[in-house]
Amino acid sequence: MLHYLARRLAASLLILLGVSIVTFGLTFMIPADPVAMIAGRNSTPQMRDNIRIQLGLDKPIPEQYARYLGRLVTGNLGMSYARKSEVGPLVVSRLPPTLLLMLGAIIAELLIGIPAGIYAATRRGRFADKAAMTLSFVSVSTPQFVLGLTLLYLFAYLWNWFPLGGYGKLSNLILPALTLGLAGGGWYSRMMRSSMIEVLRNDYIRTARAKGMSEWRVTMKHGFRNAILPIVAMIGLDVGIFMSGVVVVENVFGWPGIGQLMWQAIQSLDIPVIMGVTIVAACFIVLGNLIADLVSPLIDPRIRLR
Amino acid sequence: MSEHALLRVDGLTVGFSTEQGPVRVVEDVSFELKAGHTLGLVGESGCGKSVTAQTIMRLLPSPPSRIDAGRILFDGKDLAAATQREMQKIRGDRIGMVFQEPMTSLNPTLRIGEQIAEPLMLHRGQRRAEADEQVIGVLKQVGIGNAERRLLQYPHELSGGLRQRVMIAMAIICKPKLLIADEPTTALDVTIQAQIMELLKALQKELGLAVLLITHDLGMVAEMCETIAVMYAGRIVETGRTVDVFANPHHPYTYGLLTSSPRRARKGERLPSIPGLVPPPGARGQGCSFAARCPNVLERCRIDAPPLIALGKDAAACWNPVP
Repeated sequence: MLHYLARRLAASLLILLGVSIVTFGLTFMIPADPVAMIAGRNSTPQMRDNIRIQLGLDKPIPEQYARYLGRLVTGNLGMSYARKSEVGPLVVSRLPPTLLLMLGAIIAELLIGIPAGIYAATRRGRFADKAAMTLSFVSVSTPQFVLGLTLLYLFAYLWNWFPLGGYGKLSNLILPALTLGLAGGGWYSRMMRSSMIEVLRNDYIRTARAKGMSEWRVTMKHGFRNAILPIVAMIGLDVGIFMSGVVVVENVFGWPGIGQLMWQAIQSLDIPVIMGVTIVAACFIVLGNLIADLVSPLIDPRIRLR
Repeated sequence: MSEHALLRVDGLTVGFSTEQGPVRVVEDVSFELKAGHTLGLVGESGCGKSVTAQTIMRLLPSPPSRIDAGRILFDGKDLAAATQREMQKIRGDRIGMVFQEPMTSLNPTLRIGEQIAEPLMLHRGQRRAEADEQVIGVLKQVGIGNAERRLLQYPHELSGGLRQRVMIAMAIICKPKLLIADEPTTALDVTIQAQIMELLKALQKELGLAVLLITHDLGMVAEMCETIAVMYAGRIVETGRTVDVFANPHHPYTYGLLTSSPRRARKGERLPSIPGLVPPPGARGQGCSFAARCPNVLERCRIDAPPLIALGKDAAACWNPVP
């Protein structure tokens, strides 16, 4: 177990190193000169050269990367061009709203997807199954900004059930979490359905029936535990999907998380912030997968972490 | 022991709806099993013996399966007409079942103790903690040592033989009157097969169980079963006391089965075999299904399916039986 953890952590560090290289490369791919961005429009070539030397941008690229990595390790993500403040504290201050939104979204998608999937699996081929799968198809294929705006229009503007956006109360969380959760729930219902159908074909399900269990208990006790495994792995991967989902959803709902920060940074080509958010998001994706892997053997004792 | 039949299957006909239309898998099968007795239902793969067993338990999903005709009288109640809710009360309580595949028949994510306790929780309303004592008792009964530790293990930590013992423990924990064992030893090593068979024999005596043994192993029938019913292509072709059928088989199929058994062969000679294949369900035309493979075939056999006819001490469905 400890051995496994150590290996996984080492692998995670490698992944993060890769992410840092890619984000570092980003600086050179974006057609904007950071020096000009910092110096402003009325700067002279002399001023720009000074900034270039000050920031070490005249040094060879590998050395620049080494210095960047050196700062990264100490948690220094640099200075925002647009805000003239440190990126690290900025990203950290925007994390809690995003984590809260993700938690809400995961709860929403599980509450929607798992029951719908189980229901569809037990009614396979019948009307309820087809209806559930059609709905899930619609929810998966609707773009999140369309869904978000539709929910806002209906539940906030037209019927006034929820606020039009903002942050701070539980009522603010419902619509954005639902927007993310509906698409995810559509996925989960399909996964849960196929996983459950697969599991219900097993011999041990027949054994459970031969004991005199009702079909419902067979499904919930013997089917569920085995069928939920792929879903758990999926939640881990989901963190990554959410990290991109929040960029859209947080902007639709005015949610002050890292998604909104990212959007603003992209618009103002604030490269240090883009890099900072990307790296922090990558950390969470890696963490999410690790947690999913650690939970799996608790559900299925045959899985050994090696 | 009462002499009335505990289980009486009467004209049971089971069909499946397939993409090619409905197919008869079991046709007009009748037999009876007295309390505390043992009946061996024998036949090749695909002859309908497992379908018969699972139909008695009403374990086949419907659709696609369907009971087209017949009755399954268990203790006077017709299981063919019972609702699933009624069946849930009978399964695991009054009829226990052991399956062929011990490796896949246990839930991989639940501990052995939990799985064995389930029938008690379902049928005796016991809570999990109360059941432990009885679970340990039944594990000892099926010859699993170190029962206290085994309770906490998962199926993947046990060998095939142990898993089949666990399956048997699950099937008998509510002290059923009838045990249906569907090829209980087929998937096991030969040495383990003998142990499981000995265990079933011992339990049958100890608990006064009636056992319906589904198998293709004639040796096992010879050692365990008082009566035998031989199935071929969905029908019972011969039935009687095991000693009589073995001593003097009348149906050419039974005769072929017995002479192709290695136990009867003489050393140095090739084992005789029955030429041809079992016709699949749906390709069984009119007349006797065995006609195409039968050495004694008559013109009549191809037109007219024979019923079971009393012959000597047993009964065979044949127009031209082996004398």
